[in-house]
Amino acid sequence: MIELQNVEKTYHSNHGDVCALKKTNLKIAAGEIFGVIGLSGAGKSTLIRCINMLETPTGGKVIVDGQELTTMKDSELRKARQNIGMIFQHFNLLACRTVYDNIAFPLEIQGMSKSVIKQKVEPLLALVGLEDRRNHYPSQLSGGQKQRVGIARALASNPKILLCDEATSALDPQTTKSILALLKDINRRLNLTIVLITHQMQVVKEICDRVAVIEDGTIIEEGTMFDLFTNPKTPTTKEFISSINNVELPEMLKNAPMSKEYLEGSRPLVRLSFIGDSAGDPLISTLIKKYDVDVNILYGNIDSIKDIPYGTLLIEINGDREHIKTAINYLHERKLKIEVIGYVS
Amino acid sequence: MSPEMIDLLLKSLWETCYMVAASTILATIVGMPLGIILTVTSKGHILENKVINTILGAIVNATRSTPFIILMVAIIPLTRMIVGSSIGTTAAIVPLTISAAPFIARIIESSLLEIDPGVIEASQSMGASPMQIINKVLLPEAMHSIVLGVTLAIISLIGYSAMAGALGGGGLGDLAIRYGYQRFRMDIMIATVVILIAQVQIVQSLGNYISSKLNKTKI
Repeated sequence: MIELQNVEKTYHSNHGDVCALKKTNLKIAAGEIFGVIGLSGAGKSTLIRCINMLETPTGGKVIVDGQELTTMKDSELRKARQNIGMIFQHFNLLACRTVYDNIAFPLEIQGMSKSVIKQKVEPLLALVGLEDRRNHYPSQLSGGQKQRVGIARALASNPKILLCDEATSALDPQTTKSILALLKDINRRLNLTIVLITHQMQVVKEICDRVAVIEDGTIIEEGTMFDLFTNPKTPTTKEFISSINNVELPEMLKNAPMSKEYLEGSRPLVRLSFIGDSAGDPLISTLIKKYDVDVNILYGNIDSIKDIPYGTLLIEINGDREHIKTAINYLHERKLKIEVIGYVS
Repeated sequence: MSPEMIDLLLKSLWETCYMVAASTILATIVGMPLGIILTVTSKGHILENKVINTILGAIVNATRSTPFIILMVAIIPLTRMIVGSSIGTTAAIVPLTISAAPFIARIIESSLLEIDPGVIEASQSMGASPMQIINKVLLPEAMHSIVLGVTLAIISLIGYSAMAGALGGGGLGDLAIRYGYQRFRMDIMIATVVILIAQVQIVQSLGNYISSKLNKTKI
């Protein structure tokens, strides 16, 4: 549906050239929810704006729905953009138009008649749940409601693609959840391809099928949400993962003396990650029965990534040296993701 | 005050209103497109064009920096060409329009530049053409601020019209000078000043009212 070939963008200024996006290749399939995550200034804004040519790339090809946008004339490009909806962090609604008229705006641009517009706007008002707010102005709405208007407006011309530019970054967690649920819903119902950029791992985890991590204008890692989450390769990705995966040590252990090596009488602190089916094994009780060690559970969490369960457990193992060693070996053999954080004495 | 005097006051009031109204309308007709062009050709805007922006900006600045009284005298030949005479109320409309048009252009420019670039970007993402952005986004969104700016222009035109009156344009300013000042008619002087003050008050209140009705950002 979307293909970027060697797309790059360099800004020229008096202080020299700034390369916001280095040669980027990307393929996004129809009906997919694709996330681009990166810190501010990483180039994700430039990347998403290259897809609908709000930023003209300085090199490479942008192909959307089989059409090459990079070689189009302005008038053709305007036509092509009607197939690509976009929503924004700060909503960018027209302040002097009501909810209804904001949603009607893209249709007015296309020169549709009043009655046709009405037929299209009414179901959209229902879709985003704002029927009773149709005559309100944006200043009378909450952030979440404004974004709903933004979504309805972006969907008005029946686009095949929806670009989300930090669409939930200005919203509180509760509202973010409801907006993400709405996006998930329209993705399924309309088979809409969604590309979203964000710096919030929570957002990506919630709805993305595939994710790209971007840093310094380069995509450094790309894969399914699950691969990325369970097997991050770059430090930046690990950092993002850790932002939602509670790996902080409990307060009482933070200040406890801890060494990297086993010392006489110290207890290893182990983090276990369970994925999908392995979450079913009676692991801890086996450990206790078979290896004659004590296990103290310090922290536990079960989460889901795109509906696959994912658990984390932080345990402390106590016993004599040999037993501890075999116990840890057993855990390694189980092909679990395990990490010995340190030895508490 | 004698009935003749009251007639005179009413006639002068009418002349002032006529001069101000006609020059406001003409100056807006000239200034509006100028202001729009100045905005859209500015750096980073929808039709960025440095050459046009610089040339137009220079012309506007040159006109604005000429004092009204000098401008009025300097363009007498032009006034005569357009109106047929350089004296009279209608003739005064020419210099008033020429001095107010660049002022209105700048007012409209600054109102339009206040529009959030994000809103313009959103319209572009929907496939809006530059003309559609001007007509459906920039002007409607800035209208409440343009109204306040034009109100300001009307009030300064009321002031300028008094000056034009002194050079044979008629109106309240002319009346105040000929009767109030030169003939020591204190009552006429006070009456014209009171009328002028009332006029400015009414214009400003009306401008504020219309602007607040158009402004949907504060409800």
